[in-house]
Amino acid sequence: MHALEKILAKASGKSQVQAGDIVTAKVDFAEINDLYLQTLYSFYEMGGKRVWDSSRAAFVFDHYAPAPTIQSAAIHKEMRQFARENELTYHFDVQSGVCHQVMPERGVVYPGMILVATDSHTTTHGAFGAFGTGVGATDMATILITGELWFRVPEIIEIRLEGEPPTGVYPKDVILYVLGQLKADGAVYKAIDFTGSYVRQLGVAGRMTICNMAVEMGAKTAYMQPNKAVLDYVSQRAVRPFTVEYTDPDFVYQEQYIFDLTSLTPQVSAPHSVDNVHPLSAIEPVKVDQCLIGTCTGGRVEDFAVAAQILRGKKIAPGVRMVVIPASQQVQRTCLERGYLQELMDAGAVMAAPGCGPCLGVHEGILAPGEVCISSSNRNFPGRMGSAQASIYLASPATVAASALKGYLADPRPLLID
Amino acid sequence: MQTVFTGRVTVLGNNIDTDQIYPGRYLELVDPVEIGHHCLEGVDGDLAKNFRQGDFLVAGSNFGCGSSREHAPIAILNMGALLVLADSFARIFYRNGINLGLPLVICKGLWKQVKDGDWITVDLEQGTVRLEATGTVMTCEKIQGPALTILQAGGIKPLFRQRMSQSSQ
Repeated sequence: MHALEKILAKASGKSQVQAGDIVTAKVDFAEINDLYLQTLYSFYEMGGKRVWDSSRAAFVFDHYAPAPTIQSAAIHKEMRQFARENELTYHFDVQSGVCHQVMPERGVVYPGMILVATDSHTTTHGAFGAFGTGVGATDMATILITGELWFRVPEIIEIRLEGEPPTGVYPKDVILYVLGQLKADGAVYKAIDFTGSYVRQLGVAGRMTICNMAVEMGAKTAYMQPNKAVLDYVSQRAVRPFTVEYTDPDFVYQEQYIFDLTSLTPQVSAPHSVDNVHPLSAIEPVKVDQCLIGTCTGGRVEDFAVAAQILRGKKIAPGVRMVVIPASQQVQRTCLERGYLQELMDAGAVMAAPGCGPCLGVHEGILAPGEVCISSSNRNFPGRMGSAQASIYLASPATVAASALKGYLADPRPLLID
Repeated sequence: MQTVFTGRVTVLGNNIDTDQIYPGRYLELVDPVEIGHHCLEGVDGDLAKNFRQGDFLVAGSNFGCGSSREHAPIAILNMGALLVLADSFARIFYRNGINLGLPLVICKGLWKQVKDGDWITVDLEQGTVRLEATGTVMTCEKIQGPALTILQAGGIKPLFRQRMSQSSQ
C-alpha cells in the first residue's frame, strides 16, 4: 500500500484499502474558515447539537481578516459564538493568519493524520506527510457532528522531481512548471505523491508551496514523505503523538511523471488560467500595476527573505503598488525581527494584516479593470482579485520582487548576483 | 427521485472555475435567493437574469475547479438550473453539488454538440442524453455509489437526518 492508503485504512478501521474503495474515515482535525457560515447552518439543519470533539475542530478567520464589511463582521460574530458554545480548544481569530500556515505552526498538523478543511488548498499539508483535503460547508457539517467523512480512496500518481534547480529558481517555479505540463485537469480526483531527490532535501516552506498547488491540477490530496526538516518542525510543535507512514516498495503508481529540474528557469502562469505556464523569458515584459507577495502559497519567511534581498536599499518602480502580506502573525514577527518587512516598506511596499489578502478578491488590494498584477499566490482566474477585466500573472516571490523593482515582468536572476 | 429531465441548455467552456461561477466579492452573502442572482457572473453578468427556470448547464472539462465554496452549487440551484452536464467535474464541486441534491452528469463531448437554447432530454437511469433537434442519442455516465444514495434521498441533509433518527431508535 501507499502511505496515503495506510492513513485512510487506519482511520477507517481496515487492514487494507485500494483505489476505488469507499471508506468512512475518522477525521483527526477539522478546520472551518470564515467564508463558510453555511457550515453552521447545515450543522443545525442536520440536527447537530454539539461538535463531536472540541479539541479537533477550529475556526480560522483568514479570508476576511480583519473584517472589511458589516456582513463579514457578522459572520465572524456568529462563528465566535459557536466556538464559545462548543468550547473549542483552538480558535484562530483575525490576528492569526492563513489557516494553512497557522495550523502547522500551532502543531495540529502532523504526519499520518487526516486533516479536512473548508478550503481547497488543504492539499498543502501533504508537505507534512498528512492526508489533507478540502470540502464544502455541508460535508464539513457532517464531520462536526460525527467526526467522520466518506472518501473514495484515490488513484495515486507519482511526480518525481530530480536535481537541483539553478539559483533564482524556486519551489513556486517548480510547481508552475509541473502544472503547465500536466494541466488544470491533470490529476482530477487523484492523489499526487511528490518524490525524488529535490523533494528529499526540500525545506518545509518549499514543500508547502508545492503541495499547496496540487489542487490546481484537480488533486484530492498531495503527499511528500516526511524528511528531517519536517520531522524537526513537527516534533517541536505536534499536539498529539503521531506515526509516519511509509509506502511499500512494491506499490504501483497509476501514472508516473519525471521532471529534471537542473536547467529549469523562472516560470510564469499567464492570464487567465493557472496552467497557462511559460518560461518568463518567453513572455512579453508586460507593465505591472500591482505586485503581491503573500498568501498560503507564497507568504512565508523564505518568500519575504528573497524579496528583501532583491529590494534592499532600492525603490520599486514609480507607479507600481507593492502589497506584502505575511501568511501568519508568526511569519510577520520573524520577518520584522529579521528586518525584511522594514526593508520592503523602505522600498515602497505597503503591508496588510496576515491572512489571505486580495487573493480571493474581497479586500486589501482589489484590481481595477485593465490593471495587471503579478502575484506569489495560486490562482489567476478571471475576476479572482477583483475586476474580471484585470490580469493576474503568477510567479515566484523573487520574480514578483524583481517585477516591482523594474515595473514590468522581470527576471530575478540578474538581481541575485551580489 | 426524478430521473428524466427535459430542458434547454446554456453552454459553457472548459475549466469553468468557482470564481467565475460565484465571484469572491459575494461570498459574504448568506441568502440563497440572493446568491442565485450572482450565478456565473464571472462568465456573463446577465446570465442569471436571463436564465430560464428548469434549464440545464452544459460545460467542458473540470467544471467547478478552484475554491471549495459551496456558494457555487447553491448559486446554480437557486438560479433555477436542474442539472449540470459536463465532460468532467472538479472533485470538491462534485461533492458539494451532490450533497445539495444537484445531479451532476458526466456526458463527454455534449458541450460540442449543442448550442444555447437547444432542447435535450436526460435519462439518468438509462444513462442517455437525447438531442431533440436531431434525435441523436448520446451516452452519459450513470450516477452510482454514494452519489446516487445521496441524490435519491434528496441530498445529504435529508439522508443524514434519516440516518440520525434510525441510529437513535
